[in-house]
Amino acid sequence: MADMISESAARLFAGTARRAATEAWSPDLWQEIEEAGYPLSLLSEEKGGFGLEGEEAFAALRIAARHAAPVPLAETMVANWLLAEAGLPLAEGPAAVDDGTGRIPWGRHLAVLVRVSAGAEPRLQRLALADASWREGRNLVGEPRDELLSAPGVAVEARLGVAAEVPQALAALARAQQLAGAMESVLDMTVRYATERVQFGRPIAKFQAIQQYLAVMAEETAAASAAAAMGALALSLARTAPARFRLLAGAAKLRAGEAVGKVADLAHQIHGAIGFSQEYPLHELTRRLWSWRDEDGREDDWAEILGQAVLAGRARGLWPQITHLQSDRF
Amino acid sequence: MSSLDFPLPAPLEGHAALRAQVRDFLKETLPPGYSAAERARSWMGFDPEFSRALGARGYIGMTLPVEYGGHGRSAIERHVVVEELLAAGAPVAAHWIADRQSSQMILRCGTEAQRREILPRIAAGECYFCIGMSEPDSGSDLASVRSRAERVPGGWRLTGTKLWTTFAHKSHYMICFCRTGPAEERHAGNSQFIVDLSLPGISIRPVLDIAGEHHFNEVSFDDVLLPEDALLGREGEGWTQVMSELAFERSGPERFLSSFALLEETSRLAGADDAGAARALGRLTAHLLVLRHMSQSVAGRLQQGEKPDLHAAIVKDLGATFEQEIPERARQLIAPAQGDADYAAAFARTRLAAPCFSLRGGTREVLRGIIARHLGVR
Repeated sequence: MADMISESAARLFAGTARRAATEAWSPDLWQEIEEAGYPLSLLSEEKGGFGLEGEEAFAALRIAARHAAPVPLAETMVANWLLAEAGLPLAEGPAAVDDGTGRIPWGRHLAVLVRVSAGAEPRLQRLALADASWREGRNLVGEPRDELLSAPGVAVEARLGVAAEVPQALAALARAQQLAGAMESVLDMTVRYATERVQFGRPIAKFQAIQQYLAVMAEETAAASAAAAMGALALSLARTAPARFRLLAGAAKLRAGEAVGKVADLAHQIHGAIGFSQEYPLHELTRRLWSWRDEDGREDDWAEILGQAVLAGRARGLWPQITHLQSDRF
Repeated sequence: MSSLDFPLPAPLEGHAALRAQVRDFLKETLPPGYSAAERARSWMGFDPEFSRALGARGYIGMTLPVEYGGHGRSAIERHVVVEELLAAGAPVAAHWIADRQSSQMILRCGTEAQRREILPRIAAGECYFCIGMSEPDSGSDLASVRSRAERVPGGWRLTGTKLWTTFAHKSHYMICFCRTGPAEERHAGNSQFIVDLSLPGISIRPVLDIAGEHHFNEVSFDDVLLPEDALLGREGEGWTQVMSELAFERSGPERFLSSFALLEETSRLAGADDAGAARALGRLTAHLLVLRHMSQSVAGRLQQGEKPDLHAAIVKDLGATFEQEIPERARQLIAPAQGDADYAAAFARTRLAAPCFSLRGGTREVLRGIIARHLGVR
């Protein structure tokens, strides 16, 4: 099942992302994604999903990011998971969670907006959008980040089915998968370029300085992938151990986000001027990386949350806290 | 291009109980008041009494077969035990190299007699090894070694000099990588020997490190007569063997926990309301969690019988970078002159040890060269 999803996702996104990259929004691409069922990837079978776990549940998202597909897949996956946990109807069409920053991802294209209310008994609101009005904005790569001005649609709500800290952590975890996927592509593209580009009579990949840069890119990409895998494995803790889930998801986002700085800088350095041009596709990935690392918690935001938890528990000792966080596996 | 994935092995049954057992053992065995300065030695604390107690408890030679005095456990279980020892800063240096790599080489390449004679003593925590790779003129360029073993009636005659040999002065044996064929055969002309360091003709001279501590040595071989059965593995296979030895040397938790005592001391003294300290500690914690995940994945690959030299190189370089960053972050949070005596001692020891983290076991540049080769650009 998991292999099938990876293969079909690779086919779908490889075929469509190139076309979509030139368009801001492709309803056809989104249609294909819905038909493949990817927006339901995080859901258990009884809730309408495929019952995938860990990394497999995020495989389609990671592949979409590898191809820089301009679609709200991460946002819709997270929204659907929250809706399912709250027992509300799933989204028919693109959906996103309002994180309260006033920049709603893909706002103008959404069918459903999900909101979490604060308070002692947090609730989840599902807003079917029709004729909403938006003040349009965008992130560094041009993905819509819109402010909702008015929404005359129909709202239903229910008790948030999970702990209050889970929605933000799950959004960060989904972003970490995107960061890892996009960095894997940046590394591939840069290795390929360095072996093809000839200067001083040989491919630039033959220069030791370039080889060492590429090795650093590979190390950081590997760390981001491992971080994303670590976070994905923690998904099942979202219900049973939300405090640990939050810290592991945050750590994943932090580590992947930190890798972005080095990987994107070195990719551009190795590519030289061509990588800085609109016509060459590197920026489709690097602009996404620079946008996503600032969304759903920057490195410093998650570092503070993680650090405060560690300081609060230090009477137990630092090491026992660390082994406890990962105690499901080893 | 090789896969950069770090999948985890199947979950280990009973890992929590195993961790708890090791923690209990450490509580019983480490002297009361085992200080931060001692913990900050990390895996450079040499204590034969501790090694024997550890061996008696079954925590050395864990992955060796029972018939050779080992315990037939998995690389993943060993990873759990080793992590706990390192996080506690236990004095593991005496048996460290024998347990980590020499025993694995003897098990894989050694004769039955070598296995029967040496492995049970290693597992008991009584027999210590040092590494015979670097020489005065051969550091990163290991294939250029000049030490040479010549065939003579009844065995081999070894001449040459090894350098930076950690704890040679307290070890029983060295696995010595040297030339046995013509110098122009850079790789095929090498072999490995198990050298008994009590043999005549061996002199061991201390080389002090920048902190004034004695762990390095220069070991000279002056026409040392080795018996026939000192050869480890096959003549001319030394290069392949030494490369597989390095995979054991590069992937373990000692490659990201060397500065852990200082990280602990920093977290002990950080102000509860200091947001900057929280951010720094939170960031380092995230790095540590991911390094643990990656190192555990390499243990799984070793258990599967893979040769994870790419993955080990990645973990080692990221781990060394993390270890070297800790003293730099620590001094930003707590000035060494303003912490207490434990913090100051841990800081001094870690700061002075840190340069070697990206040198020992393969320099940063060599590791990155290995990674570049796997990317297909070298």
